[in-house]
Amino acid sequence: MAEFVKRERESEDKRAESGFDSANNFRRQQFFRKRNCPFSGEHALEIDYKDARVLSKFISERGKIIPSRVTSVCVKKQRELAQAIKRARFLALLPYVND
Amino acid sequence: MKNSYEVIFIVRQDASSSLVETIAASVTSVIKESGGDVTKTEFCGLRPFAYPIKKSKKGHYVLLNVICEGPVIFEIERQLRINENVLRHLSVRVETLDNNPSALMQNRHYRESVETDFAPQEATTETGGALEARRS
Repeated sequence: MAEFVKRERESEDKRAESGFDSANNFRRQQFFRKRNCPFSGEHALEIDYKDARVLSKFISERGKIIPSRVTSVCVKKQRELAQAIKRARFLALLPYVND
Repeated sequence: MKNSYEVIFIVRQDASSSLVETIAASVTSVIKESGGDVTKTEFCGLRPFAYPIKKSKKGHYVLLNVICEGPVIFEIERQLRINENVLRHLSVRVETLDNNPSALMQNRHYRESVETDFAPQEATTETGGALEARRS
């Protein structure tokens, strides 16, 4: 985790250094920033369909499953996560719709 | 071949805790008779639902960790379907069984702070009262 924060900070520093002095540079800064999947690697969260507290972080206010491009969950884990959320919904631990 | 399963079922909120235990015991006896084993029985108590099921707002959650053969699960599910006090049931095959208290047990009051807007129903069971007391 600490390493992750450090890396994050470094990339921010770099961004500050380079600044937005030229249009070219600016465009380069815009594209991607590598983020880690919260369910893989060390200190990973566990996907458990009984754990509504963890799963609720990955559903929108409406109750919809948040796309992995927003949450940066890896493909494999996103599939597991979706399954877990659907099981939790069936058990009324999570809502199907929240309005 | 024996597999590991997690069996969860939800009993109606106005069922007494002794009834909940009876249902769990009957499921357990079915498994034991057919040579399986129940490694953990967890009564997660009265938990609020995220949405109403058959007009009830809360239910007793029971989690069983089971090691048995596949067809035994069909028999358990058949019995749970027949029982009118059981609102929902779910059996999942898992690779490893975790015998520590589950997440259901740990954040059991997780959703209680969230106000729900369907018709309020008074919790009259003993467990309901106990929960109220612990929360305040």
